[in-house]
Amino acid sequence: METDLTTRIANHPSYQALKAKRTRFGLWLTLAMMVVYYGFILLVAFNKPFLATRLGEGVTTYAIPIGFGVIIFTVVITAIYVRRANREYDDLAEQVSKAVLK
Amino acid sequence: MSRVHVPMRQLLTLCALFGVSASIWAAGADIGQAEKQPTNWVAIGMFAVFVLFTFGVTKWAAAKTKSAADFYTGGGGITGFQNGLAIAGDYMSAASFLGISAAVMFGGFDGLIFSIGFLVGWPVVTFLLAERLRNLGKFTFADVVSFRFAQTPVRIFAASGTLVVVAFYLIAQMVGAGQLIKLLFGLDYWIAVVLVGSLMMVYVLFGGMTATTWVQIIKAVLLLGGASFMAFMVLASFGFSPEAMFAKAVEVKTGIAAAAGKPPAEAAAQGFSIMGPGGFIKDPISAISFGMALMFGTAGLPHILMRFFTVPNAKEARKSVLWATTWIGYFYLLTFIIGFGAISFVLTNPQFLDAKGGLLGGGNMAAIHLANAVGGNVFLGFISAVAFATILAVVAGLTLAGAAAVSHDIYGVVIKGGKADSAAELKVSRVTTIVLGVIAVLLGIAFEKQNIAFMVSLAFAIAASANFPVLLMSVLWKDCTTRGAVVGGFLGLVSSVALTVVSPSVWEVTLGNPQGSALFPYQSPALFSMTLAFVGIWLFSILDKSPRAAQDRAGFLAQQVRSETGIGASGASGH
Repeated sequence: METDLTTRIANHPSYQALKAKRTRFGLWLTLAMMVVYYGFILLVAFNKPFLATRLGEGVTTYAIPIGFGVIIFTVVITAIYVRRANREYDDLAEQVSKAVLK
Repeated sequence: MSRVHVPMRQLLTLCALFGVSASIWAAGADIGQAEKQPTNWVAIGMFAVFVLFTFGVTKWAAAKTKSAADFYTGGGGITGFQNGLAIAGDYMSAASFLGISAAVMFGGFDGLIFSIGFLVGWPVVTFLLAERLRNLGKFTFADVVSFRFAQTPVRIFAASGTLVVVAFYLIAQMVGAGQLIKLLFGLDYWIAVVLVGSLMMVYVLFGGMTATTWVQIIKAVLLLGGASFMAFMVLASFGFSPEAMFAKAVEVKTGIAAAAGKPPAEAAAQGFSIMGPGGFIKDPISAISFGMALMFGTAGLPHILMRFFTVPNAKEARKSVLWATTWIGYFYLLTFIIGFGAISFVLTNPQFLDAKGGLLGGGNMAAIHLANAVGGNVFLGFISAVAFATILAVVAGLTLAGAAAVSHDIYGVVIKGGKADSAAELKVSRVTTIVLGVIAVLLGIAFEKQNIAFMVSLAFAIAASANFPVLLMSVLWKDCTTRGAVVGGFLGLVSSVALTVVSPSVWEVTLGNPQGSALFPYQSPALFSMTLAFVGIWLFSILDKSPRAAQDRAGFLAQQVRSETGIGASGASGH
């Protein structure tokens, strides 16, 4: 890519917004995923009795909804990112390319 | 309820396979040793139908595979939804289907902890890599890493990382395939390995990425369909009450413990233990380290990364990971239900147990026997055929990634300086495919009797320690240089392999050294080898004052602009 085009894109306000938003959002969500997963692993490592506590009268324990919860969280957090990216980031990228590739 | 007597030896075998304790760390979800079964003609018939159908697909794909670009990316016109299914098909191995459902049958909740580890890498791939990979790369992840760096050293590193990961993953799959087919179809081990190797070569050689993609999609649909049916039948028999399913499983497990001579209170505690974490996680360092290998290894598996170049743009790339994550997450929920179903319907049915009360054919047969219990002999044949198809889809993806690293990165760029013509590169890919196929078959046969349980987790640890750090730093860190990336990457590669060799699972279990003699006490090297790789990349980059380093840093802006906007990205992957 020629340097001139690169500079024009890099200086475009929509590009600046896109870069800042996507990187920040991606890092925050990565952090959230790590907190949930490693939190789960540490809970398993340090507090087994809590996870093996019965929810009610039956045999179902806290471990079951928490384990399924981590799986569902993983899918949902991915969906949240993709939804925002589809709505917002593609528009911003489109604005940039329209502005510079006339 | 029927009391099932499971003798201690059988329990110990199961422990060894799926690890009540430390061994599960290393186990990956491997297939383990298997006993040969009587020839199953229904399963063979179903599998023959699958093979004929996929040959048809390969013939169609072969007509479309004219250039090296077609071979690597299937022409780049695959949609996000299709690619998501193909990624799921590439990732859900037979070992994770049979191994995890068996681990759940044996240890209950512990099996779920294991499968969660295999899922949590996907959001990380989505947030940090998927779109950027698509915008920067063309055929292999080395394209992305070497975007602004000196081509030769970086390509050599990336090809090494790819081939080492592919080799360990492939050996694990081939040995698993041999064991599984011996188990399911009653064929000899070596015939099974040769069969898998030959079919895989046909798909990759003639149909390239297009055939591989469709084999993976078909397999994913069959596997998800079959597993859904089993989970549905299990839940239906409990009136769709998970509590009823769990209660019955606890009752069965309590009965087994009582039959083994445990006093009632102890038997009840043992029965209930499947509802919470057991011995899966011993020390927190191993737990975190293993978690890191699984989470970040997913983001560094070359055959998975390669799938992002088959879609036309960043939007489809991110859609593919969302679909893949959804299908894989759903699949792990199903394996959990299947494992609990197996406790109720397999462990209580003398038809599936041998004279000593163990599972016929070994611990991995949990899901297979359950298929028989809920769907009869025809469904059993179907699930067996699906398990075989699953292995084929995974080895085809691995071989394609290995072939691309040799033909595109080494031959195309390092040897020919990026000026190789498409026909010559395609020829090299095909020769490499044959060579890799033959090597995989020979290694598969050589490792038949070896304990290769550590290989899948080693492949993940290497991917997390070598490929992922270099990929992430080259894409996101401005000051990263060629020297930093190559030195740090090799540090991660060498240290992850070395630490695995001196860890208990290889040093003691596989190499047979006395217990307690392993130099590295933890079950996974990732925490240490990943740190070493990142520190290496950082240190050797900031100390790098060479002219090349200045050029590397100056190239960052252009790379970032393209990775964020996709402007200038190779369109539908080079038509």
